[in-house]
Amino acid sequence: MLLEAGSGHSAGPLGLADIFAALYFNIMNIRPEEPEWADRDVFFLSNGHCVPVQYATMAEAGYFSKQELGSLRKLGSRLQGHPEREKLPGLENTSGPLGSGLSQAAGYAYSLQYLEENTHRFVYVVMGDGELDEGNIWEAAMFAGKNKLSQLIAFVDRNNIQIDGTTEDVMPLEDLKGKWESFGWHVLEIDGHNIESIIDAASEGRAISYRPTLIIAHTIPGKGVDFMEYNYKWHGIPPNAEQAKEALKDLRSLGGKITHEGEGV
Amino acid sequence: MSYPLNPKLYGDDVELEPIRAGFGRGLKAAGEADENVVALCADLTESTQMHLFKEAFPKRFIEIGIAEQNLVTVASGLARAGRIPFTSSYAAFSPGRNWEQIRTTAALNNQPVKVVGSHAGVSVGPDGATHQMLEDIALMRVLPNMVVVAPGDSVEAEKATKALAVNGKPSYLRLAREKTPIFSTTDSPFELGKAYVLKEGHDVSLLGTGTMTYQLLVAAKILEEQGIHAEVVHVPTIKPLDEEIILASARKTGRVVTAEEAQAAGGFGSAVAEFLSSHLPMPVKRIGMYDRFGESGAPNELIDYFGLSGPKIVEQLEDWLKRTPRYHQND
Repeated sequence: MLLEAGSGHSAGPLGLADIFAALYFNIMNIRPEEPEWADRDVFFLSNGHCVPVQYATMAEAGYFSKQELGSLRKLGSRLQGHPEREKLPGLENTSGPLGSGLSQAAGYAYSLQYLEENTHRFVYVVMGDGELDEGNIWEAAMFAGKNKLSQLIAFVDRNNIQIDGTTEDVMPLEDLKGKWESFGWHVLEIDGHNIESIIDAASEGRAISYRPTLIIAHTIPGKGVDFMEYNYKWHGIPPNAEQAKEALKDLRSLGGKITHEGEGV
Repeated sequence: MSYPLNPKLYGDDVELEPIRAGFGRGLKAAGEADENVVALCADLTESTQMHLFKEAFPKRFIEIGIAEQNLVTVASGLARAGRIPFTSSYAAFSPGRNWEQIRTTAALNNQPVKVVGSHAGVSVGPDGATHQMLEDIALMRVLPNMVVVAPGDSVEAEKATKALAVNGKPSYLRLAREKTPIFSTTDSPFELGKAYVLKEGHDVSLLGTGTMTYQLLVAAKILEEQGIHAEVVHVPTIKPLDEEIILASARKTGRVVTAEEAQAAGGFGSAVAEFLSSHLPMPVKRIGMYDRFGESGAPNELIDYFGLSGPKIVEQLEDWLKRTPRYHQND
């Protein structure tokens, strides 16, 4: 997708693939064939630049055809470089400028908890760790904590990178768990590549009353591609043709651990 | 049918009321009409007159605290969930501080978030330049999908608020702090996107928005005494502009003056000039603040000092009217 588009972010989306798979194929109560289903769980993407992994997951889940993935970032495409709600059914928000997705999710969760009757729906949101530099995030964190938004479950993609370097060099975030706890959140730390842990954490988040839940998901940026893993230089660029071939080889073979019958990896 | 003006308009006993008071009443009425209407405030509930709504519908009032970025983005999420959120703060802070959030999560996202900016203009008074928002019209009218409204008095503000509650679009409502003379009546028409001829004339068109419409009525009365028959057009909706009414008046008089309690650059006057330049090019004199900030002072003193009162507007126009020919008149 990114090679075809010629621009975009590589590392973040790869690191989030497991979380998106868990969300769309297990955690969320959704109907891809009926995106506006009134009883659905809703998903807000805050770090909009990671939307390629959301598109790929949505296509896999059946929201639209996988063929359409090739149109990413192209003129006339429903798959905008950053997500636009009105372009593609199934998207709940428009995001890109960082720091505003948590507020949008909190607004929706507030409506479910205080303004609507008898809802058992949940609101999920994915944030990047770099975007926690934004003041808007902490305004939302206070708001959700104050209002005990228990139907709000947020993931932080803790991959430790942002454009200018590592998060702890650019603007230190630690003690991240302590910070969110002090804002009134129930905080969990998990391996963001362990599907079971992701599902269990979401399940615990749904069970917690009187508090919103934050899941700090430790992920490896560029996960599954040897030359991209942990390298912040891959934050905001796409691979070239050769690199893409190499990357797909790594991903398909799980880093050389498996081979596919009948085809070379 | 001519626009019903307050009969006391030019009297010493003309009723005065802050425009924001009409918003407070309109919001409560909108809340009564539709239970999806919710109100969010950034620690200025009484100042922005949201307390009436809060008292009537405590469950539908959301205190955000001093966090304007969160104010409009939470509203965006509420709108996605089917609510109709009105957000309020001082215009200097919202849309002053949170413009990008408004752009992305309300305008581009096309959600019916209502941004209510109170205390706009120099008539905020003693608080000074930091709190006298002058750039909001320019900031908001350039956003696609956005509706921009600056009611002329409190009676109209009430009508405008009720109309915005049902227009289904991201919208900006500009309000003033200080007591403003009421020129309209409860029977005066108000429709989003419509402008109204308040006084007919054929020598010059005076187009006003917000608090300036009253000042233009005063200016027109003085001009009348000088033998100049000015037409006064009230334009409460800055976006979308009522092109038909503006074009008709411009064609009739051949020269146009705009007035706003805001920067003369980029705002209402610019919108009129942009439109006329491509449809009926003619001189457009834009009255407003000329590339400068306000300062502390008493509200009426400041309006006068910055040339925005009726008599001062006449002074600003004296020379211009003498040297400016009429264009395309009745062609």
